This record gives sequence, C-alpha cells and structure tokens, in this order.
Amino acid sequence: MTGHDRVPDPAARQELWTSGNSGRSPAGKEISLVDLLDRLLAGGVVVTGDVSLSIAGVDLVHISLRALITSVKANRPSPLQS
Amino acid sequence: MTGTVWYCYAVARPFPPEALGGLRGVRDAEVRVVAHDDLVAVVSPVPADEFDESLLHAKFEDLAWLEAVARQHDAVVERIAQHSATLPFRLATIYFTKRAVDAILKDRARELGEALDRISGRAEWGVKVFTREPVSSTDPPADDIGSAASGTDARPGLSYLRRRRSERDAKESAWEDAAQQGAEIDRVLTEHSEFRRQHRAQSAELSGAVGQNVLNVAYLVPVNATDQFIALAQELQDEAPNCRIELTGPWAPYSFAFDGASFAAEEPDGTEQT
Repeated sequence: MTGHDRVPDPAARQELWTSGNSGRSPAGKEISLVDLLDRLLAGGVVVTGDVSLSIAGVDLVHISLRALITSVKANRPSPLQS
Repeated sequence: MTGTVWYCYAVARPFPPEALGGLRGVRDAEVRVVAHDDLVAVVSPVPADEFDESLLHAKFEDLAWLEAVARQHDAVVERIAQHSATLPFRLATIYFTKRAVDAILKDRARELGEALDRISGRAEWGVKVFTREPVSSTDPPADDIGSAASGTDARPGLSYLRRRRSERDAKESAWEDAAQQGAEIDRVLTEHSEFRRQHRAQSAELSGAVGQNVLNVAYLVPVNATDQFIALAQELQDEAPNCRIELTGPWAPYSFAFDGASFAAEEPDGTEQT
C-alpha cells in the first residue's frame, strides 16, 4: 500500500461512506432501495415447504427492476441514458 | 383456512425477548418467534389475500408496495441481527401455518445451523465501484466556438459527430480505467474477507448514482475486523483516483444466507431452484 505518501483527496474521502453502528447510509440518507433489493431478491434463505408464497425461481429481480424503471422515468422525464 | 398466513423474516439463534420490544413487521403486525431447540424463526401474521401467489407479479410491479415490504423486512432483520446470529430469508417468504414454520426448523435444522455458524460474528459489507465520468459540458468545444463565431461552419454535422465520438471514447476509457482498478480493489478486499458474492451491476438510471457501476460485490467480514476493512477500502479509494468506491454496511448477511444454492435445491423430489 502506498496511500500514506500523499494527502488523501478530501472529495474522495467524502464519497466513500460508512456509518458504523448508527445505520448504513451517509448521515440523513435512507438506505438505497436498489441496494436493499439486490439483497432481498437475490439473497436470503430460500426454504420451501408448506409455503403459500415463495419468490424463489421467479425472476422477480427483473420484475421489480421494471417497476423501478417505470417509477424513475415518471419522476425524471428526460432519461439520462441513451 | 383463516385469512392469515405467516411471513418469515429470518431464522436466528435464540435471543432475549426484549429484542422484539416495540418491533412491528410487514403491515405493522406484531413480530413473534417460533422456537425449536437452538433455532428461532422470526415471523408475523399477514393477510392471506394480500400475500397470494396469484397476485405476486402484480404486487412486485407496485413499487410503493415493494418498497414498504422491503424496508419492513429489513427493519426486522436488522433488529434481530443486533442481538443474535441471523440468517435473513428472501423477501416475501410466506408459510400457511406456524406449524409449517416449525417443520422447517425441525427438518432443516442441520443446514440452518451450519449456515448460522458460517455467518455468526460476521457482517456483510457492500462495495460498489463506479466510473469517474468526464464532466460533460453543454458548452461546445473550442473549435465549434471558433467556427460559430466566424459563422463559416459549412459542416455543423461533422463537428457534432466528432464531438459525439470524443464523448463516447472518453466514456469507454473511463469504464476501462474503473474496471481495471475495480478488479484490483476486489482482489484485495476478497483477500481480507471470508466470503465474496458478486451482485449484478446497478443501472445508473435506477440508483441515481453518478458514474457507471462497474462492480457490485458483497463481502462477509468478521465483526472484529470491521475497522480494518473500512480502513482498507478507504486506502484503496485513495490509491484509485479513476474510480469512485461506495461502501455500505454493516448489513445482515443477506448475500451469504446460503452458499450460492438454496436449500430447496437439495429436495429429493428435484424441485430445483435456479
């Protein structure tokens, strides 16, 4: 590691954020829904059994992302991506 | 059949009942536990008609519904994780009866116990690496200004194309720089964690992040190595000016709740999940 021989860029430092015990996001900012859905839709234990509903095996990541995109587009009339 | 089914948030090692104090789950329902030996399932009753498989797709298209359930799920998981080793369940895992939950704890005790041992005393950290996009300007490049000022640009289309090409090249080069540094960052962080799981890169359109997401990885880190891991991520950022690192955590071990394969894949009847 050679990061000690120069002054860290304060802007970069600000962008790399953590929150320790008080939460998981920068001060006052809610956890990103996208980060949460990464974990809740693609992670987590799946134990089937007498389940009435399980999203395992269903491409809900795709479904929910479509919902998110629709929502984002509604809020942002001019899409940034080409 | 009553109108109530059971939403399962997590399976954990036993924890003091005070941990549930004031905790409300999905749809503001009271959170309860189903206990069996040294395993507890954390559940709450939800209306059967709302959590019905036939409505699932429609529900997941409803962002307000999805976000509310996701945040309530996470709030319960995080609370439990503060008190005990906790294996989060996937979003919207619903059992018909409490007895079915109990059966899971009995029938899957070994796998659940092993998974709990694997994540006990560890937390998940998310690391995303983004490009540093060249600052796009609405000002035309200098050569355009020159020709516009003189009013003699007979081929405005050509300069437009040239500008587009140079923007595209800059974007590609920013991606390559960030991807290269991201690979090195990932290599170092992997060495300093116990498990690694890659998530799909996030669309900037969804996340609203500045820059393109070239890498999105979760690492499982022992709690006593937390400070070291954060310091390492900071150091890596300092050494990688061509990308931006975003670190999130600590998360309950969502990405490591099972090791890449669902328990269901072990079903003898072959109902495999993909």
